[in-house]
Amino acid sequence: MSTDLEQFYEIFFEESSELLAEMEACLLGLDVSSPDLEDLNAIFRAAHSIKGGAGTFGFTDMTEMTHMLETLLDRLRKGELEVRSEMVDAFLRAGDVIKGQLAGHRGDGAADPVATAAVCEELRKFSEAIYASNETADITTVKITDSAEVKSITSEVNDATGAAALNVNPALTVFSIAFSNEGVSPRAMDNLLSNLGGMGSLEKLILSGDEQRSKLLLKTNSSEEDIWEALAFVVDPANLKIAAEILMSTDADTLTPDPTDEFEAVPSLSGPPYGFFPGAPAAPNDIENIENSAATTGSGRQVTSSHPVAQQKDDKAAATAAETSSIRVSIDKVDQMINLVGELVITQAMLAQTASQVDPVIYERLLSGMNQLERNTRDLQESVMSIRMMPISFVFSRYPRVVRDLAAKLNKQVELKTVGENTELDKGLIEKIADPLTHLVRNSLDHGIEIPEKRIVAGKSAKGTITLRAFHQGGSIVIEVCDDGAGLNREKILAKAKERGISLLDGMSDQEVWMLIFEAGFSTAEVITDVSGRGVGMDVVKRNIQSMGGRIEIDSAFGVGTRISIRLPLTLAILDGLSVAVGDQMFIVPLTYIIESLQPTASDIKTVSGHGCVVQVRGEYLPVIALHEIFNLRPHSTEIHNGILVILEAEGHKAAMFVDALIGQHQVVIKSLESNYRRVQGVSGATIMGDGKVALILDTAALVMASQKESVK
Amino acid sequence: MTKTILAVDDSASMRQMVAFTLKGAGYEVIEAVDGQDALDKANHYKVNLVLTDINMPRMDGLKLLEMLRQLADYKSIPILMLTTESSNDIKAQGKAAGATGWLVKPFDPKRLLEVVHKVIG
Repeated sequence: MSTDLEQFYEIFFEESSELLAEMEACLLGLDVSSPDLEDLNAIFRAAHSIKGGAGTFGFTDMTEMTHMLETLLDRLRKGELEVRSEMVDAFLRAGDVIKGQLAGHRGDGAADPVATAAVCEELRKFSEAIYASNETADITTVKITDSAEVKSITSEVNDATGAAALNVNPALTVFSIAFSNEGVSPRAMDNLLSNLGGMGSLEKLILSGDEQRSKLLLKTNSSEEDIWEALAFVVDPANLKIAAEILMSTDADTLTPDPTDEFEAVPSLSGPPYGFFPGAPAAPNDIENIENSAATTGSGRQVTSSHPVAQQKDDKAAATAAETSSIRVSIDKVDQMINLVGELVITQAMLAQTASQVDPVIYERLLSGMNQLERNTRDLQESVMSIRMMPISFVFSRYPRVVRDLAAKLNKQVELKTVGENTELDKGLIEKIADPLTHLVRNSLDHGIEIPEKRIVAGKSAKGTITLRAFHQGGSIVIEVCDDGAGLNREKILAKAKERGISLLDGMSDQEVWMLIFEAGFSTAEVITDVSGRGVGMDVVKRNIQSMGGRIEIDSAFGVGTRISIRLPLTLAILDGLSVAVGDQMFIVPLTYIIESLQPTASDIKTVSGHGCVVQVRGEYLPVIALHEIFNLRPHSTEIHNGILVILEAEGHKAAMFVDALIGQHQVVIKSLESNYRRVQGVSGATIMGDGKVALILDTAALVMASQKESVK
Repeated sequence: MTKTILAVDDSASMRQMVAFTLKGAGYEVIEAVDGQDALDKANHYKVNLVLTDINMPRMDGLKLLEMLRQLADYKSIPILMLTTESSNDIKAQGKAAGATGWLVKPFDPKRLLEVVHKVIG
């Protein structure tokens, strides 16, 4: 039968990527001075599993690399060799090479042949060092076993891909075949001989009913495996010996040892692909004896040729049942579904709007149906959105390696801590956040964390700490990169900004000064390193974050450390909002920023000369954001006590937004204003309301921050 | 009667390949991700053949073999080791643990079916 192995490639690729990641994590966590056996076992198993799959699916390059890894790891876990940090480095690089090979087979990229060769060389050196240190007599035997195993794998792979096995060019080979006659019926023997005779010219050296052993010479261009296949059904594989007398191959490595040697002593070039233990429970010999059947030789083949019909019938069922716990769906399909649900939400809102105008007494059942529709729509929307959600550990998991490599390069001691890896966010954001975050981590390590000597002088521990933290806050996810390094130097940044011709204002707050490092062409590193670039990166980081609808903030204390926070929307598609009216315009305020709404009394409102109004709410004075002023609208009333104040909180600051009226709470589908029109200050997007009108979604955080600036002045 | 095969491997791709091949040939296949899982499942199903990987987390194939052979239902059913190690050492360990035979990885679907047919028809 021909089962197309390609259908399993994708799952193998995915599995291997996971195993590689797991292996890397274990390697990074490995304590070189006292390695945990469990860790070593886990690393070994990962390499072993990849090798097994790679062999099965015919990815020989990966098989060879993982085989070298596996061999070394096996000795490490057995305690035959001490773990050294150079080894860990080499293993990590080997992991990279395998990743490259994997990408190559996937069709996006390829392994760097130079790096591959270097890693091979390195691994080989380690294994040679082992042999040198193990001054035992069986050194060569071990080596032979290893190379034989590699060869065996290679030849099997060739077989699997349809090429003639063992020899790539099917030259004529003389095989000597020896086996025990025990339990072989005369008829089976005849069958066998005619099968073998069909493969080439067969010479019977010893073939007897009395003798317990038979010896044959077969001159054939078939492979050793084919002979095995023909024989394995008839004779006990444990007592079967096949050896090539003359190999017409030019490859010196494939020369087989003297065929007269004991089978067990020297491993065969290509060991038996399978076999049974005589006398073991339910071994085929027993079965055959019990059944006492005549059809021994052909039975396997006959069944094989009869099942394609059954196979076709069952293919479907098998494919469906194959993956029970998860299914792979293209992201396009998911997005299409999200869009459709978005439309459904709008339609539902439209219906709700219409239904709200009918007499609730007469149309009671319609209205209760509408309520149910709303609940179901919301549930559906939530579950659809959750399909795209992934834990941020997908991104965080790559940084231990980045930090390790970079710290070694810069001679710094750094520990990376991650907090909140299970925080989920949209898959699209996960993919986009990785690069900016990498840049920030590298930047923290390069510019933030000091070299150990400096840290000790400053009274800190020699080892610096970088903390990656993710958490939900309102409708956003916050990702922080904190370091306990030198912190930002205000004077230095200002001087550099002046030098670069960046416009500066008098009396800039620290926050504003820190944000200067995100200006294009800014770099404060005294020596430009190849690590965190030339200051071209930070402005790109800021742009990337902004394009995701997020914002970036810096907190820093000189000598203590720096914290860079990225605030991203949870998802880009849907928002819970309060609709408010100003004049004949409707705006959407994201619900997550709203604390409360209230109708102020005239006495609560104070005017600060030249700086607008403040309102006293529960003993606190809050700046008033007058929407009609910002958007230049004509409101029903300009008197604040005639309207409504919506109290907002964003980024630790509060403000009161003055509107004419509250209309209702909606779930809205965000449509980008930027891609359909252009960016507008104070507006983060737009949506289509139930009645078909467009409403703008307010960029609440920006409005609150603007009001703060206003009131500070 | 459809015969049931318990396929044990921690690698999902291998498991799928084995399951797909065997199901295609009309067998019922129960998959287990490691020795412990296999042992749990072995108690719940009537199995005609066990195919087990050797290197697995939680419980490896050799331990699984030993445990299965202690169960009355599994005393005499065939158990094959699927192993990348074709060394005699592993074979000896497998035999001692009660394995019926071995199949060296990597193998292709054709070879797998051959062996399975050979053992349970």
